[in-house]
Amino acid sequence: MATAETFYDVIRRQGITRRSFTKFCSLTAASLGLGPGAANAMAEALQTRQRVPVIWMHGLECTCCSESFIRSAHPLVKDVVLSMISLDYDEMIMAAAGHQAEAILGETRAKYKGKYILAVEGNPPLNEDGMYCIAGGRPFVEKLRWMAEDAMAVIAWGTCAASGCVQAAKPNPTRATPVDKVIHGKPIIKVPGCPPIAEVMTGVLTFIITFDKLPELDRQGRPKMFYSQRVHDKCYRRPHFDAGQFVEEWDDEGARKGYCLYKTGCKGPTTYNACSTVRWNGGVSFPIQSGHGCIGCSEQGFWDQGSFYDRLTNVEQFGIEANADKIGLTAAGVVGGAITAHAAATVIKRVTTKREKTEAQHGQETPS
Amino acid sequence: MALHAKKAVGRLSVHVYDAPVRIWHWVNAFSILTLALTGYFIGSPLTSVSGEASANYLMGRIRFIHFAAAQILTVLLILRVYWVFVGGVHARQIFYMPIWSGRFWKEWSHEVRWYMFMGRQPRKHPGHNPLARFTMFLMFTLPLFFMVITGFALYSDGAGRDSWEYVLFGWVFSIWPNSQDIHTDHHLGMWVILIFAIVHIYVVVREDIMSSQSIISSMFSGERLSKDMED
Repeated sequence: MATAETFYDVIRRQGITRRSFTKFCSLTAASLGLGPGAANAMAEALQTRQRVPVIWMHGLECTCCSESFIRSAHPLVKDVVLSMISLDYDEMIMAAAGHQAEAILGETRAKYKGKYILAVEGNPPLNEDGMYCIAGGRPFVEKLRWMAEDAMAVIAWGTCAASGCVQAAKPNPTRATPVDKVIHGKPIIKVPGCPPIAEVMTGVLTFIITFDKLPELDRQGRPKMFYSQRVHDKCYRRPHFDAGQFVEEWDDEGARKGYCLYKTGCKGPTTYNACSTVRWNGGVSFPIQSGHGCIGCSEQGFWDQGSFYDRLTNVEQFGIEANADKIGLTAAGVVGGAITAHAAATVIKRVTTKREKTEAQHGQETPS
Repeated sequence: MALHAKKAVGRLSVHVYDAPVRIWHWVNAFSILTLALTGYFIGSPLTSVSGEASANYLMGRIRFIHFAAAQILTVLLILRVYWVFVGGVHARQIFYMPIWSGRFWKEWSHEVRWYMFMGRQPRKHPGHNPLARFTMFLMFTLPLFFMVITGFALYSDGAGRDSWEYVLFGWVFSIWPNSQDIHTDHHLGMWVILIFAIVHIYVVVREDIMSSQSIISSMFSGERLSKDMED
């Protein structure tokens, strides 16, 4: 009986020792923050399970998700692509081209019905019947719906797929629409970020393959293990926030001392992501560590929140934009002015009516 | 006898504000003042303090005061809502608006005319006049609930996804997925309540002087005195 190749077979075939294999398992388990038994479970899974077919599609996007993905250090992307998943289709890095490449979609759909993962980078534009994004002669939105029908689950890579990102920013001329508004009835895992952290991407895939189930998602469909805390919650500059020590100007003493970037518009307090724990480029750094505030790239509609350097969203009223505090202060000023005027009018009215009354009274009193 | 002496003042007293309502009013006022001040400084922090981070806790303290005042306000709001059901008829007034009542709108327009200097005398209302009720409901009661709900939702950002705050108020994130929007709305809510407070203080002082009813002292004694003058 011919058995399909397991992950372990692949790993050994590539000349990786059993020792390295167990090391990889324990490292991955540690990076996912799992318990001591997880490394063994992972090793067991990799030795028995077959590689999971993954179809990676690109809609309207900038490929920063792929760029991030290929820089994953724990696990190395080479291990993910060559050993863990079976990346059957990816416009970006596949060898096949033209009709051959497009044929793979149909094959995978038929052969692995309900078993493959559909990873989507970018989103479909819906205006003009999806004509703003055509790949392989068909509107992307059509291909996306077609492939999603038989997928086990859909992974929405990046803020584009999760909530729209820049192409969906106002006024959104192409009506770029996040994946969950187009595909219904399939579990959708959102992995937002522009791009998402490499280790978060490979971590999500590793989790699905290892445990043969989808990670637990939060209210907004993001994996809880990476998106249940804000950048602010685990920020190493947090003590400066609590102390009340802020960078006021980009080149001031506070900036040199590494104070909190809250006043320069850091979106850390409203951004759910793992940047302050997992960090970037193999744990080297992350935006705040390099001295710039978080821009909230993994949050819904982050392009429409006004300046990257303001803590408050711009509120649009009849064409003029201002933040909530400016509007409030102006309104309070107007009301204060109106009250002063009203009080003055009251006094004048009172004085004049009193005069009228006393005059009337005098008029009555004199004859009697 | 009052007929003979035109200037004699007969005083009628009506019990308007129950003790829980009065206590709520004043504790609420101080909580809101505290919340607005600390809230403003959370949004726009004071100038940085110098020294080691471990030696300072300014922002932490400001936030603590904000959260503590918010908890006090919330507990009192719950008690106040309880009093809506068990308290007197006047305890209910600012928690709903009888928009279906023609009389309400008639008296409402009379009040508007009075404030536009078009009426000679304000009508007497033992409780709140319809315009006051209208303004309090829209610019105070509703925003207050809005602030409590968005406030706890924002607090759950820090308290974590396992906190009871998130369990109870996490649905706010289904409406506004980006918590930055909730921050913005929470700021706007503060301004609505502050503007209400400005108008409220002006109007009670004005009415206390101009009308034939006691206004300010009623919120201490609970009694509304009616100075029956002339007619």
